[in-house]
Amino acid sequence: MQTAIDLHSDAPHRGPAVATASLRAENVHKTLGTHPVLRGVSLAAYPHEVISVLGASGSGKSTLLRCLNLLEVPDSGDIWFRNEKLDIRPAAGRDGARIGDARQARRVRASLGMVFQSFNLWPHKTALENVMEGPVHVRGLARRTAVECAKHYLRKVGLIERRDHYPRHLSGGQQQRVAIARALAMEPEVLLFDEPTSALDPELTGEVLRTIRSLAEEGRTMILVTHELSFAREVSSRVAFMQGGRIEEEGPPEEVLSRPASAGLRRFLDPAC
Amino acid sequence: MGGFQEQFLRGLETTVLVAAISGAFGMLVGLAGAAAKLSRFRALRMIADAYTTIVRGVPELLVILLVYFGGTTALTALVGSYVEVSALWAGVFSLTVVFGAYATEIFRGAIQAIPRGQTEAALSIGLAPWQTWLLVILPQMARIALPALCNLWISLLKDTSLISIVGLSDIMRIAVVGAGSMRDPLTFYLAASALYLMLTSVSLLTFRLVERRLLAPVH
Repeated sequence: MQTAIDLHSDAPHRGPAVATASLRAENVHKTLGTHPVLRGVSLAAYPHEVISVLGASGSGKSTLLRCLNLLEVPDSGDIWFRNEKLDIRPAAGRDGARIGDARQARRVRASLGMVFQSFNLWPHKTALENVMEGPVHVRGLARRTAVECAKHYLRKVGLIERRDHYPRHLSGGQQQRVAIARALAMEPEVLLFDEPTSALDPELTGEVLRTIRSLAEEGRTMILVTHELSFAREVSSRVAFMQGGRIEEEGPPEEVLSRPASAGLRRFLDPAC
Repeated sequence: MGGFQEQFLRGLETTVLVAAISGAFGMLVGLAGAAAKLSRFRALRMIADAYTTIVRGVPELLVILLVYFGGTTALTALVGSYVEVSALWAGVFSLTVVFGAYATEIFRGAIQAIPRGQTEAALSIGLAPWQTWLLVILPQMARIALPALCNLWISLLKDTSLISIVGLSDIMRIAVVGAGSMRDPLTFYLAASALYLMLTSVSLLTFRLVERRLLAPVH
């Protein structure tokens, strides 16, 4: 986190003091069952940054992402959305914590688009309906406006012709692009990607990565948990390497990935050595 | 059949009425029961568990008798003079309780069959829990639960015949009375069978149509 502030505090458009992160985790701890998955993680995403979180399976990167929009509630530590600290309270009668202010959680989640590894499209709704649900029921748009909004984002991910198809009639890559459109239709402040290509056949990852790259080029703020090393190197403004529930290394991709400081990252980048 | 046709028709009405009301209320009880079983509150889970365990463990006939005589005893004690529970409402109440217990299990299973990611996707765009239920869980649950619900409804239709034992004038009661007074049991019981068979056939067809409409898009 210190790195992040140093990197950006000199940017002229961010004001004199410390810039406000769009989304920030501070010293987050999370235990699932008896396994401490996150052991004090801090990460901040500043506007227009693309942060890739790398690490072996089980290093806690997905849990970190899920803590950011409170799909998992951190046991301790803070999540900040812009200047607003999320209300997290100790859970009564059990370990861990719970969401303190459900309304705040909903509002913040609506501003954080999430794309899941397994797409999680709603199978009983068409592509268009999947994308419309948020605009209608969360943003409160009139139905006709919501249809236009949904069409706009389906066009953006190249699936406008498939708008009336149900998810099971779409390929994995197409489903994931619909899921991206669904997240975009909320016009979110930050996009969270949880291994968006891990469930895809190799020949289908390209279309999804192209979509994500174009979003990065638009200057969207994104946090991307991924195994696609070369992709992370290309699109990220910063990468964070996680190991054992901590961020082991963090910095610009060309530095971190070319001159890894920790043994863990060296092993991760080149398992042969 | 010596003027019993008209009685049978009224019996059919009663049977359908009792089944429809118990089915409708039973669905609501089942939804509440499933919600309780999946709740994060331990007390609710324990109440729902006790409910389904007890009700599913006692024969339907006994549930009806217990509600009828128990209800009468309770109301009498409450009012201070002898009050008899109506057979119809005792029957509706009993069958609602029974239907609700089985529906609880059906709905719980159906809800648990929905991948967790479905709810997470809904929460992640900022939908409230009740919206998630309405838009994401219930429609998918209905599709999964439908075949089992169809079976349950068929059982319910036939279980209504048990209420005749406390004096409800349903198809079964008419058949028993007719069989006794006309000394022609086979005809009357065949007629009753035909009526039940007709009801269940119509139900099966209806469910099949609904299923075909609903089942199109699933996982």
